[in-house]
Amino acid sequence: MTTEKIALERHKYDVLVIGAGGAGLRAAVEARESGLRVAIICKSLFGKAHTVMAEGGAAASMGNANSNDNWMVHFRDTMRGGKFLNHFRMAELHAKESPDRIWELEMWGALFDRTKEGKISQRNFGGHEYPRLAHVGDRTGLELIRTMQQKIVALQQADKREHGDYESHIKVFAELTITEILKENGNIAGAYGYWRESGSEVLFEAPAVIIATGGVGKTFKITSNSWEGTGDGHALALKAGANLVDMEFLQFHPTGMVWPPSVRGILVTESVRGEGGILTNINGERFMFKYIPDVFKDKYADNEAEADRWYEDQDNNRRPPELLPRDEVARAINTEVKAGRGTEHGGVFLDVSKRISAEIIKKRLPSMWHQFYELAGVDITKEAMEVGPTCHYVMGGVEVEPDTAAAVGVPGLFAAGEVAGGMHGSNRLGGNSLSDLLVFGRRAGMGAAAYVKQNSSASVSDATVAAAAARIEAPFARTGGENSYSLHAELQEVTHNLVGIIRTGAELKEAIEKIAEIRKRSANVVVSGGRKFNPGFHLAFDLDNMLLVAESTAKSAIAREESRGGHTRDDFPGMNSTWRQSNHIASFDGNQVNVRKQSLPFMPKELFDLFEVDELKKYMTPEEIAKGGTN
Amino acid sequence: MSGVFSPTRAKIKERTLRTDKWWLEPAITFAVLFSFIIYATFRAFEGANYFTEPLISPFYSPCLSQACVAGSTIFGWTPVSAEIFNFALSPALIILIFPLGFRMTCYYYRKAYYRAFWLSPPACAVAEPHTKYTGETRAPLILQNAHRWFFYAGLVFNVFLTYDAVISFKNSEGQWGHASVGSLVLLVSSTLLWFYSLSCHTCRHTVGGRLKHFSAHPIRYKLWTLVSVLNHKHQQFAWYSLAGVAFADIYVRQVATGAWTNFYFF
Amino acid sequence: MARKLNLRIWRGDATDGGLKDVQVDVNEGEVVLDVIHRVQATQMGDLAVRWNCKAGKCGSCSMEINGKPRLACMTQVASFGEDETITVTPLRAFPVIKDLVTDVSFNYKKAMEIPAYEPPKELQPGEARMQQVDVERSQEFRKCIECFLCQNTCHVIRDHEENKKSFAGPRFFIRIAELDMHPLDMLKNRKRTAQEEHGLGMCNITKCCTEVCPEHIKITDNAIIPMKERVVDIKYDPARMFAGLLKREKRN
Repeated sequence: MTTEKIALERHKYDVLVIGAGGAGLRAAVEARESGLRVAIICKSLFGKAHTVMAEGGAAASMGNANSNDNWMVHFRDTMRGGKFLNHFRMAELHAKESPDRIWELEMWGALFDRTKEGKISQRNFGGHEYPRLAHVGDRTGLELIRTMQQKIVALQQADKREHGDYESHIKVFAELTITEILKENGNIAGAYGYWRESGSEVLFEAPAVIIATGGVGKTFKITSNSWEGTGDGHALALKAGANLVDMEFLQFHPTGMVWPPSVRGILVTESVRGEGGILTNINGERFMFKYIPDVFKDKYADNEAEADRWYEDQDNNRRPPELLPRDEVARAINTEVKAGRGTEHGGVFLDVSKRISAEIIKKRLPSMWHQFYELAGVDITKEAMEVGPTCHYVMGGVEVEPDTAAAVGVPGLFAAGEVAGGMHGSNRLGGNSLSDLLVFGRRAGMGAAAYVKQNSSASVSDATVAAAAARIEAPFARTGGENSYSLHAELQEVTHNLVGIIRTGAELKEAIEKIAEIRKRSANVVVSGGRKFNPGFHLAFDLDNMLLVAESTAKSAIAREESRGGHTRDDFPGMNSTWRQSNHIASFDGNQVNVRKQSLPFMPKELFDLFEVDELKKYMTPEEIAKGGTN
Repeated sequence: MSGVFSPTRAKIKERTLRTDKWWLEPAITFAVLFSFIIYATFRAFEGANYFTEPLISPFYSPCLSQACVAGSTIFGWTPVSAEIFNFALSPALIILIFPLGFRMTCYYYRKAYYRAFWLSPPACAVAEPHTKYTGETRAPLILQNAHRWFFYAGLVFNVFLTYDAVISFKNSEGQWGHASVGSLVLLVSSTLLWFYSLSCHTCRHTVGGRLKHFSAHPIRYKLWTLVSVLNHKHQQFAWYSLAGVAFADIYVRQVATGAWTNFYFF
Repeated sequence: MARKLNLRIWRGDATDGGLKDVQVDVNEGEVVLDVIHRVQATQMGDLAVRWNCKAGKCGSCSMEINGKPRLACMTQVASFGEDETITVTPLRAFPVIKDLVTDVSFNYKKAMEIPAYEPPKELQPGEARMQQVDVERSQEFRKCIECFLCQNTCHVIRDHEENKKSFAGPRFFIRIAELDMHPLDMLKNRKRTAQEEHGLGMCNITKCCTEVCPEHIKITDNAIIPMKERVVDIKYDPARMFAGLLKREKRN
């Protein structure tokens, strides 16, 4: 069949950006502004990326709400949130550059909510010491995407004026799936994929490829991610020879909707708690006070009276425990439900109606009100929401050089946003994701531009193209095999039950075996119907990616014998300072994923000195403390 | 074949697949507006039974023609002759263009009659019968842009009609300090007209909508906020005020013909 | 709990197609997109439907349900009668690709034609000062999730293919309004181009765009009519016309 095909559609660009979420678009803008020709690939329509779901805001220490805030405080919060497993340099760059990235968006037309002085308003969020999240009601992600989408249109309009064509230098390829990143002689040469609409294949030749494909949530049964979150970039990078770092760390957002079933997993923004929402179990007990870990005792209130006062007076009271980092809250809810104190649908109650008036709820949390009212028939100004943990974010991802976002080991490959690892350590703070997209999206664009200046051309050999094409054709050629929908469901069942919030060595071992078995069967997946907009066909490729991701996660998780952030081992409950010194690096040998330890770079002295030694003692070994940072 | 039956669109033979009673709203609008037009036309040409001390029909106020019956004019001011080209002209026809124009160009009524009378479209997602459409880009519909001028004229009329309501607080001998059902009818009708005018989109634009920076004009921002609240109810005010005017006219006519007696409270 | 639902789905492509009847299980609390997914997973593996977030935030699953343009993820099955057949078709204003998926590229082309935001030349990042009351109007329009239901329902293009050339549609009228009301936007001719290039005058304010907007943006009252009024300011205001005439006289 491949031989009968009409001439292959070919495109040549300087930079190919896979993924049109926040990071991808920011990277594309940067690469284009460096004078390069850029192609943006989106799996769905332009502007629909999962970034639109981010509600709370973008963390940046602009100090508009509290002038004590600065990058150092933000850096400290980020490292604490990640339990010091973060790559210090990424956390540093992120904390330093976030404010500029937010102000830049404003120059492109973003309209954030304002303070009285007319500056960008900033709100409180879990794990952040000061009000730090620039926001637009509770639709900040949408604002980011739309602003960058419109910035790209602005660049296209400039190209139209100069070159007579909107798409002469930056073109969006919507509803196109990349199945393979192509290399020649060890260097990136382009990518291969197909139009979802027609099923016809496309070859991109480009010396630099930026992966910005987002997350892996669809590997799990209950997730806040859309169908797109199938770990495509993680798998593409693995197959292209890059490494995945710390894949065991997954963030389960503590508050996903649990009822009705059709909306299960959909996020309830943390701002609900930031605005005064409280968590109670079926007995009406405000249970979070029981779950304040020692490392946070001095920052969080241990009684209701103080917690309530905090909303009015933040300088003289400790924060309510509902605002603990996400992993703590998710585990607490998980424990309550397992102990039989959850609702009949397996969640707990989250209530804003008692503290805030209906009018203010509708003003401050408009899309939450909307979401519950229209999707679930619940009026959150009158009744409590039912919530429970949902797979939300993967901290692990492609191992990159912090300053350039270049993937380690693959010249010409870059990664930014959720698909990149290292920045968030073992757990991400809310609000750090949107600023991560901007900071490292831009750096990936810069990195790619610098790389392309040295390596300006790329061409793909016919043999490489033929191999890529054969892979796409394969599922149509098979007869009598597996159904991708049911294999996907089986995989989700395995990850949910065995690689979920609470893990044990035995269960992880079982998971690894089962995933291997599903992967074997997936080689027999058959696709019915034609190529034209065929979701069964699309899922066949997504499934492949999800299996690699699940394998990386399970294998990294079984190796890490401690509990930290988004990785909780029932058989190794405590945090272990020796384990903090290591990352897990997953790589793919063509048959299976292999995981090895790699030591984590240590902070330089000037960053080390930003912390109180007493605090560091909770995370580091005495030897590390004695060393006091590298020089 | 064009529109939803264009060759590239999904092949569906129905003009609409809506299963609700989408035709009900345009049908009611049509029936009510059409009845009003018939009645108003009859009354405008009737040229009689529009005044009975102290009440004047809003269709005939201000009465500016030399044909106006005694007492119906404003201090006897009659700048327009009773006939034009030998045709006797009802005093209503001289002034009708202003309230009519205001309503014809009103953003709400436009929606109502484009849907109910012109079926363009009859309802949302129901294919319209016309093969060509140019909207309000050329004559005559480009004249819809004159709404603002009718709005200003409408305000002047509201002043006259309010004046009529005020002077209706007299008895039939012209003495002040009396109130009748008729004076209440005129008062309600003129008040509704104020609400209709002030809630209008042009008013909203004029008081503050055209500004770029509300923060630099706090008073106009307040006014704009206020008018915006009224503007939400513009559709209701459009209907209430229409009913108010129609009823005021019917009432005056019935009293003028002697069919009804104007009851006095004091 | 589960009951049977009679669903009628349009299947086909640009060449041909028609409504197909299926019976499918439906559970309490489910939305139309859920049952479409069930049909896809159990009966029609290659049924094409566009969707992403399933929470009414991305605007992907736009389709027509019982003839009304809606988001499938925001339409509760329970909002219909138990015995009622639910009919789902692709959007009828755009070319169909396959089944429930249409080619909405028209909208992306129009987006490119709307002049971008233009900040003050001397403004430095971080120095922008805007008051909340000044940004609120534009913020309402920025809630738009680009589901294009307003574009789909607008009879100007739905019923008149030939108008697509000269008419940007409600989604882009709110974009123009957003920029014209943006406290820092410096581009001066948005009103004139709205009327002369983007077809604002084609709109006869029959308000269907507002009726179908899942974000409840008051498209007609807050964007289109104010823009029409702003156009009147510069083009049809007799006082200004008169002033303009005088100026011309002087120049002559």
